[in-house]
Amino acid sequence: MRSQFLGIHNQSINNFKEMMNQYETVFILTPVLSEEQMKEAVKKYEDYLKKHDAKIVHREHWGMRKFAYPIQKKSSGFYQLLEYKADGKIIADMEVQFKRDERILRFLTVKLDKHAIAYNEKKRRLKKEAKTEAPKETETESK
Amino acid sequence: MAQGRGNTDIKYLTPIAVDTKKKKYCRFKKSGIKYIDYKDANFLLKFVNEQGKLLPRRITGTSTKYQKKVSQAVKRARHLALMPYVADLLK
Repeated sequence: MRSQFLGIHNQSINNFKEMMNQYETVFILTPVLSEEQMKEAVKKYEDYLKKHDAKIVHREHWGMRKFAYPIQKKSSGFYQLLEYKADGKIIADMEVQFKRDERILRFLTVKLDKHAIAYNEKKRRLKKEAKTEAPKETETESK
Repeated sequence: MAQGRGNTDIKYLTPIAVDTKKKKYCRFKKSGIKYIDYKDANFLLKFVNEQGKLLPRRITGTSTKYQKKVSQAVKRARHLALMPYVADLLK
């Protein structure tokens, strides 16, 4: 069905673009990891994304954060956020890898709709503007 | 009734306050917020009671569409341990 659509525009069948959606994944790593191991774990998933032609839009490392309730008897963990544009097919595989990886306690992947994308971009833009001003003032951004 | 009253007003000990009902409105519709971020636990605390339970729509005044989004955001936050499932004296 897709080729029917694109057949008009694209002459070569090999050149069809997959549906790129924007996703956001938050995953939590065990607190027992060292700095090195943590970076290595994050890099593993970033590499996986890059290998499958995903474009990483944003990454945030929240660091060690206390949980609201204990997970696997632990009370805190390292949070990592990744925002990326990818084809939908690679997500399932990535989640299987998350499940297999013992260092990862929880993960959540969310597909972002246009409002979510706009919100995230605005948040980043405001953060950048706040940083570029000499005294970093605390902005209460009206949600 | 037995005594004849001069004025027709009924006097109460504590006068009944008659004021227009506080108009309940959906804060999202009013301020034009389209997306509720599940990562912002501080904001989501407004929609949750002291035990961590979601507040009903009639209390918060949220419209149905946004109440669903709020509920989804709170559940995601709970999954990520940003908010508790059960708590006491949360706020």
